[in-house]
Amino acid sequence: MNIKKLLGKFSGRAALRGVFAIVVFIAIWEFGARSLDLIGWRVPFVGLIPPPSSVLTTWSNLIMEPSYWQSWYMSFLRVFTGFIVAMIVGIPLGLYMAINRTFYGLAFPSFEILRPIPPLAWVPASIIFWPTQEMSIAFVTFLGAFYTIVINVLGGARSINRQYLQAAQSMGASQWDIFRRIVLPATLPSIVVGSAVGMGITWEVVVAAEMISGGGSGGGASGGLGFFIWSSYVGGSYEQIIVGMISIGIAGYFSSELLRKLGGRFTPWLKTR
Amino acid sequence: MSTETSTPKKSNEIVATNVSKTFGAGPFAKEVIKDCSFTIESGKLTVMIGPSGCGKSSLIQLIAGFDQPTSGSITIGGRPIEGPGKDRLVLFQESALFPWMTTWDNVMYGPRARGEDAKESSEQAEFLLRKVGLEAFRDKYPAQLSGGMQRRAELARAMINKPEVMILDEPFRGLDHMSKELMWEYYASLYEEDRNTNFFVTTDIDEAIFLADRLLIMTNLPTSTRSMIEIDIPRPRNIEEMADNERANEIKTEVMTLLHEEAMKSFSGGSKAAADFLDAYSKRAGK
Repeated sequence: MNIKKLLGKFSGRAALRGVFAIVVFIAIWEFGARSLDLIGWRVPFVGLIPPPSSVLTTWSNLIMEPSYWQSWYMSFLRVFTGFIVAMIVGIPLGLYMAINRTFYGLAFPSFEILRPIPPLAWVPASIIFWPTQEMSIAFVTFLGAFYTIVINVLGGARSINRQYLQAAQSMGASQWDIFRRIVLPATLPSIVVGSAVGMGITWEVVVAAEMISGGGSGGGASGGLGFFIWSSYVGGSYEQIIVGMISIGIAGYFSSELLRKLGGRFTPWLKTR
Repeated sequence: MSTETSTPKKSNEIVATNVSKTFGAGPFAKEVIKDCSFTIESGKLTVMIGPSGCGKSSLIQLIAGFDQPTSGSITIGGRPIEGPGKDRLVLFQESALFPWMTTWDNVMYGPRARGEDAKESSEQAEFLLRKVGLEAFRDKYPAQLSGGMQRRAELARAMINKPEVMILDEPFRGLDHMSKELMWEYYASLYEEDRNTNFFVTTDIDEAIFLADRLLIMTNLPTSTRSMIEIDIPRPRNIEEMADNERANEIKTEVMTLLHEEAMKSFSGGSKAAADFLDAYSKRAGK
C-alpha cells in the first residue's frame, strides 16, 4: 500500500508535470538573471537576482562549511523548542477550556485579546523581559505556534459529536474515562492539524525573530538561518541570500513532513477514510 | 402470545405521564412535547411512529435521561428517571460508533469503562461479534464498514452491556432498502431471542408494523400520543408474508390515515387559508 503510494508519487504523469515545471522555472530564472549578458537588456525583477547556476556554486561551497550547518541546527533547535513548549502548554489549555465552563469564561476573553497580536510585535517586549536573547527568540517562536494550537484543540474538543459522549455515558463510563478515551482521541485530528499549521508559523516567526534580534548572543553562526540571510544581505552576497531562503523552504518541508508522519501514526483511523 | 417459562424478568416498564418539553423561554419558547402520556411495556417491542420532525428524538433524550422534561414525569420500573444509566441504552440515528476504535474496541468499550472482568467480557464480545456476523471485521475501523455492518456493530456494542431497555432512534434510516429489510429480520430475531424491553422509533410504516408488538402513533408538533395499536400478528414474522397478511394491511391503512391527518396539520403549518384548503382537498379526496 505504502510502497505503491511511493511509486505512484515518483512515476506517472503528476510527477513528470512537477519535474517539468521546476525545470522550466529554473530555466526562466537562469535566462532572466543572465539577460543583461545574453540580450543586452535587463529583464525586470529577475534580472536583478543571481542566476541559479551561481547560487548552486555558492551552495556547494557552503555545504562544506560547518557554520552553515550550525545555522540550520540553531534554527531547528529554536523552532522545535518553541513548538514543543507550545504543544505542552497549548494542548492541555485548549482541552481544559473545552471541558470546563468556568475556566473557559475566565481564560477565553484574555486569550482572544492576546491572540491577534502578531508574535513579531512581541520581539521588543520579550527582549526586555527575558534575560537572554536566546530565550526571547524561543518565546516569540513559542507564541507563533501556541495560539494556533490552542484554538484548534479548543475547536476540535468542542465540536465532538454529542452522541459519542451520550453513548459513553449511557454505557456507564466515568468522566475520566470519557475524557481519556472519547474527548482526547476525538480531538487528536484537530491537534494534528493545529500542530501542522503551528509549525509553519513557527518557521515564519523564527526567521524574522533571528533577523531582528541579531541572531542571539553569539552572533555569526549561532544566528540561525534568519540571521544567515540577514548577514548575507549586509555582506552583499546575494547568492547566499537565496541559498538561505531555499534552505528555510527545505527545513520547513521536512518539519511538516515529520509532523504529518507522526500525526498519521497517532490517528490511524483517518487513513481508512 | 408467548408464555414466559424462564424466571420472570424484573419489570422495567417505562411510564410517561403528562410529559411536556419546551425549549427556550419567552417569545422564542418552542413547545416540542405537550401533555404526552404512554407506556412502554416490559418485555415488549414498542414502536413509536410519527411525522418526521415531530419531537420523537426529544422524547428519546428524555427517556434516556440526557435531558429533563419541563413538566410531567417519566419512570422506569416505578423509579423516576434522573439521568443516563446503563439500564437504558440508546442506538442513535447516525452511527455513534467511536471512529478511533476498531470494531472490537467499540464492542468492548462498555465493559472496559466499568472495569469488568476482561476475560469474561472478551468471551461475550467474541460471541456477540459472531452473532452479528462481524468476527472477520473485528480489527477494522468503523469507516471501513458498510452502513449495515456499522449498525450491527452498534447492536453488539449495546447488547454486551445487557441493557434492560434498548432504545433505538430510527436506527436503520439511510440504509438501502435491501439492507433495511435484512436488518429488520435480523433485529426482530435478536429481540425474539431474549424478549427484552425495546423501544423503537421510526417514520417508516412497514418497518413499524413488521417489528412492533405495540405501536404508538404520535401527533404532529407539539408531540403527544395520538393512538396505540396492538400488532397481534404472530412472531416470527416474514417480510413476504407480511405483504399479503390481511391484518397487517388493515393496520397499515389505519396507521396511514392517522399519519396523513397529522402530516396535513404540519403541512398547513398554522396558516388558516392553507388549513382550509387542505381540509377541503382531503374531503374531496376522501369522497
